[in-house]
Amino acid sequence: MNMQTKAHPEGSGALAVKRNRGGLLGRLKEQRLLYVLMLPAILLTLMFSYVPMFGLYMAFINYQPGGGTFFKQFFTTDFVGLQWFHYFFTNGDFVRIMRNTLAQSFLSLLFGFPMPIILALMINELRTGWFKRTFQTVSYMPHFISWVIAANIIITMLSSGGVVNNILTGLHIIDEPFQFMQKGPLFWWIIAFSNAWKDMGFNAIMYLAAIAAINPELYEVAKVDGASRLKQMLHITLPSIRPTIIILAILAVGGILNAGFDQQYLLQNNTVMEYSEVIDTYTYKYGLQNGMFSYGAAVGLFKSVVAFILVITVNQMAKKMEEQSLF
Amino acid sequence: MVKDKKDFLFMGAVYTFIVAIFIVTFYPFWNIFIISFNSAEDTLRGHLYLWPREFSLASYKQILTDSEIWTAIRVTLLRTIIGTPLAVIVISMLAFALSKKELVANRFWTLYFVFTMYFGGGLIPYYMVLKSYHLIDSFMVFIVPGLMNVFYMIIIRTFMQGLPQELDESAKMDGANYLQIFFRIILPLTTPVLATIGLFTAISHWNSWFDSYVFTYNPDLKTLQAVLVKILNQYQTGSMVGDAQAMANSAKRMAVSPDTIRMAATMVATLPIIMVYPFLQKYFVKGMTLGAVKS
Repeated sequence: MNMQTKAHPEGSGALAVKRNRGGLLGRLKEQRLLYVLMLPAILLTLMFSYVPMFGLYMAFINYQPGGGTFFKQFFTTDFVGLQWFHYFFTNGDFVRIMRNTLAQSFLSLLFGFPMPIILALMINELRTGWFKRTFQTVSYMPHFISWVIAANIIITMLSSGGVVNNILTGLHIIDEPFQFMQKGPLFWWIIAFSNAWKDMGFNAIMYLAAIAAINPELYEVAKVDGASRLKQMLHITLPSIRPTIIILAILAVGGILNAGFDQQYLLQNNTVMEYSEVIDTYTYKYGLQNGMFSYGAAVGLFKSVVAFILVITVNQMAKKMEEQSLF
Repeated sequence: MVKDKKDFLFMGAVYTFIVAIFIVTFYPFWNIFIISFNSAEDTLRGHLYLWPREFSLASYKQILTDSEIWTAIRVTLLRTIIGTPLAVIVISMLAFALSKKELVANRFWTLYFVFTMYFGGGLIPYYMVLKSYHLIDSFMVFIVPGLMNVFYMIIIRTFMQGLPQELDESAKMDGANYLQIFFRIILPLTTPVLATIGLFTAISHWNSWFDSYVFTYNPDLKTLQAVLVKILNQYQTGSMVGDAQAMANSAKRMAVSPDTIRMAATMVATLPIIMVYPFLQKYFVKGMTLGAVKS
């Protein structure tokens, strides 16, 4: 049985303490069907998540598109060390890319983080009924469409002949249509608003679930004491979801290098490229489109490593805070 | 009395906010909707706010007689129908196994999967690996990599962990093996969460454009959204050059223009989601709160 090969407990520190030889093999035999159930997932993860990690060796060589298969090149091509990383840090793109990535992430957070909270608080104040349900349904609709559709919608609405310009010129706030999609730094704001528009309804669900767990008696007592609804919201509802907010905020910061790919790629155009290009679109452009495979791999590796460190650090912080807030 | 007045003002603010958000969320869809039903010539005059001014089905006719669109719909439907149930099975099997505390090397395997959520090889190595598996330019590239998702697995596993232990134990005493326990007992009980995961996976398939765009070259393998990207790209390069003038000239002779075609295509791509979604949303809200909040 190929059970044996998988039975090697590399993480042997993680194995249970009782581990005499008969016992272990016996348990494995007992659980062979469990392993059968795991098999497809194990293989798939190996093939599509771990093998590409091995492929990161590409970042340290000079990958030749015609020079043999992917795996063979590991042995045949010259090792160039950190050359590609050096190139990335010194070719002038680095500052621009990082600036764009961080600016867009930061603005998206700034606008997109409070909105779901406020939305959840507002939804909570509505009386249950068809209006509340309809509104909630509509609020998470944008989350389920693809960015392709969202980009189409946004570009149309912001175009010279689109609704926004129609209104602005119609009210004589401006004389000529304003080219929203072609003003560099404005792109960052468009990304921030689009992200919020697309996800705020869906993200509010998390908070609504936390709100649902609040003890109703707290509200009863407050009402008896004469507190207005506003006061109830500020002094009961909001503080009660504080742990959720803090955790989600910390996790959001951990993801700051993931400014996105879809949104930027689909919304950008040549005029705003200097401001729209983020790490992931840069990797795609140079790595795949321009065929600088090793360079693309190197930039991707840089991002993966930094993001990894960030996320782990931030997750540890979240764990510590969770413990604190439980007391 | 003062409290009532304060409440009244407060609720007024709440409703104003809600209505504003409703408009901001919903109106963009409505805008696309009316443009797609408006004739191109008229659309150029702009100021279409609430209703089509010159109703026309010409754009839809053009879209729905386009074989490229139909091929794309077929590809997208196929991958959704095939990929979704397979993924749900693979993921739930794993979730079941990992939900068993007694599983040998459980912590190791959990780490094995969870690690991939935090670190990855990136796009370029991924592309190379796909190429060496001969998945580039193959329909299978839409199915196979998508069969596994760690995040969904965790949601299902959390749910399964919440099921009573006695179920397993009494089944084992009756002589059932793990496979039987999984398929006959646990799986039926997990249906709400499975429906949620299935829904998310299906939507993900329906919405996918990047894998088709980057990993396939054959036009017969373009998904619906990928075709939409092509249409969008054409519009964007077109509008850089000469903009309204060029489009005005071409539209004068036709009832359709690149713009209205784009809108109709967008509507066609969005419609299934919008239609299916209200029915399924009660599942996913329940599923999300059940599974995800606990994790």
